[in-house]
Amino acid sequence: MSQGILVFIEQRNGQIRKASLEALCEAQKHEALSGGKVSAVIIGENIKALADQVGKYKPSKIILVDGPEFGAYSAEAYTAALAEAVQKVSPKFVFAAQTSMAKDFLPRAAARCDAPVISDVMSFVVDGDKLGPVRPMYSGKCFGQYEINSPLAFITVRPNVFPIAEEDAAFKPEIEELAVKPENIRAKVVETHKAEGQKVELSEASIVVAGGRGIKGPENWGVLQDLCDVLGAALAASRAVVDAGWIDHQHQVGQTGKVVSPQLYIACGISGAIQHLAGMSSSKIIVAINKDPEAPIFKHATYGVVGDLMEVIPKLTAEVKALNNN
Amino acid sequence: MKIAVCVKSVPDTEAKIAIGADKNNIELTGVRFITSPFDEFAIEEALKLKEKNGGETTVISVGSKEVTDVLRDSLARGIDSAVHVDDPDLTWLDPLSTAKVLAAAIKDGGYDLILCGQQGVGGDNGQVPSILAELLDLPHVTNIIKLEVDGTKFKAEREIEGAHEFVEGTLPAVLSAQKGLNEPRYPSIKGVMAARRKEIAVKNAEALGIKGQVGGDNRKVTIKLMTMPPVREQGRRLDGDVDQQVKTLVGLLRSEAHVL
Repeated sequence: MSQGILVFIEQRNGQIRKASLEALCEAQKHEALSGGKVSAVIIGENIKALADQVGKYKPSKIILVDGPEFGAYSAEAYTAALAEAVQKVSPKFVFAAQTSMAKDFLPRAAARCDAPVISDVMSFVVDGDKLGPVRPMYSGKCFGQYEINSPLAFITVRPNVFPIAEEDAAFKPEIEELAVKPENIRAKVVETHKAEGQKVELSEASIVVAGGRGIKGPENWGVLQDLCDVLGAALAASRAVVDAGWIDHQHQVGQTGKVVSPQLYIACGISGAIQHLAGMSSSKIIVAINKDPEAPIFKHATYGVVGDLMEVIPKLTAEVKALNNN
Repeated sequence: MKIAVCVKSVPDTEAKIAIGADKNNIELTGVRFITSPFDEFAIEEALKLKEKNGGETTVISVGSKEVTDVLRDSLARGIDSAVHVDDPDLTWLDPLSTAKVLAAAIKDGGYDLILCGQQGVGGDNGQVPSILAELLDLPHVTNIIKLEVDGTKFKAEREIEGAHEFVEGTLPAVLSAQKGLNEPRYPSIKGVMAARRKEIAVKNAEALGIKGQVGGDNRKVTIKLMTMPPVREQGRRLDGDVDQQVKTLVGLLRSEAHVL
């Protein structure tokens, strides 16, 4: 009988991903419903020291899959490791954060267990012992509440949505090492290059500053970047400016780009096309800055500023800087 | 080189979405269907690889009659042949079920490469490519923005958080395309005419040997209830000149919204 929850904790270069801790803390809330305990699994090379960082969030057990095969990421190796951990624990749910790594290999690992994946979950409806994950569809134009008809289901949660609980440094989970020898690895990462021009990761940023046609040309990104720097924000863009070649696609927010849910989204010179709104309308606070008072974005904005970007943004940057200095 | 491209027919990204009467799906009346935008990059990559290496390209889709236009569109762009898996038992599939159907349609085809869009716009699951690879026992890479194929070896570049990864592997493989991989071509008039004469092979669950095994009650997840996002409270337009608006904004972000 499957019971409990196994949480996949993602690490890259020995850094635990914050969103994985969010997944772990959310899993704790559903421990009773799962009929068992919450445990965590970390996969990588030389990762034993990471157990302490994860242990503070009180999983009953941490499984370490440590070996040279897991140094460079390979979907096949990680699939083998997670599937073996699942077999060992026999959980009712596997939780993870919806990251590019999870998106790459988690469905594969689930398929090996003949289990479904419900991805990018933003909330849960609990009905007795039934867990009903709710996820955005059509990039957030609507939401679907799912019903699970499987003894085992994989669930990924959207970063930045679920809170991290208080840590308990005194908590000591059971640590178990699981030896996995993945075979037949036919594709693996050979190099990783840091992306240029993005200081804060867009999908995990708590503040996002986005530019659209209203910035007039790629030479003006610096004005937005200055605002990003004082806010610790990530830089985003509308599809129009990505298609115009003003900025790389990795910055695009909307239906064919990223879907983000930051605390604060500042839309600069973005008219508010439906496909852009889909990517950011779940942001907590939306600020629209546009010189056209009729721009549709104002209907969705918490606060609207009508004015020329090139005048508004530098003043906003200066004002925030003054606030930071106080 | 034999390439299969999996495509999905999805509601137009510009479409307004409304919930259907049964509350577990969207209202489809009057919705225009298009090729899922990410699939266009997969189709283009297949065409480019064929131009370079020769071979044949096949496009495969699962769905009812709305799929036909999408398949014709692929053929018009230059894809050689099309397979339409059309069966009333194979509707409203979850990603695992869809991948099982595609795997059944692909497994004996002798393909060197299977290309997909990184996710079907709408369902936004992004799961089918890697599940398909597992079911076919092939390597996979998702979200690729660059691809080099050399004989039976490939090198792909993919986007991750704040970095790009370079993955090397061997064919056959399943790869999913992200925006940026290429610039999809539009179908030419000549292509559109030629596509009308190409035959679309229609297969049902029985022909694929999966009758009664996929879809319906076999589905491990279903959508129970669809809802519209909560309506945002009417926001406020700030008053005054730019200086005043900026000062008010920063004040509100700090003291009212608590985000600074």
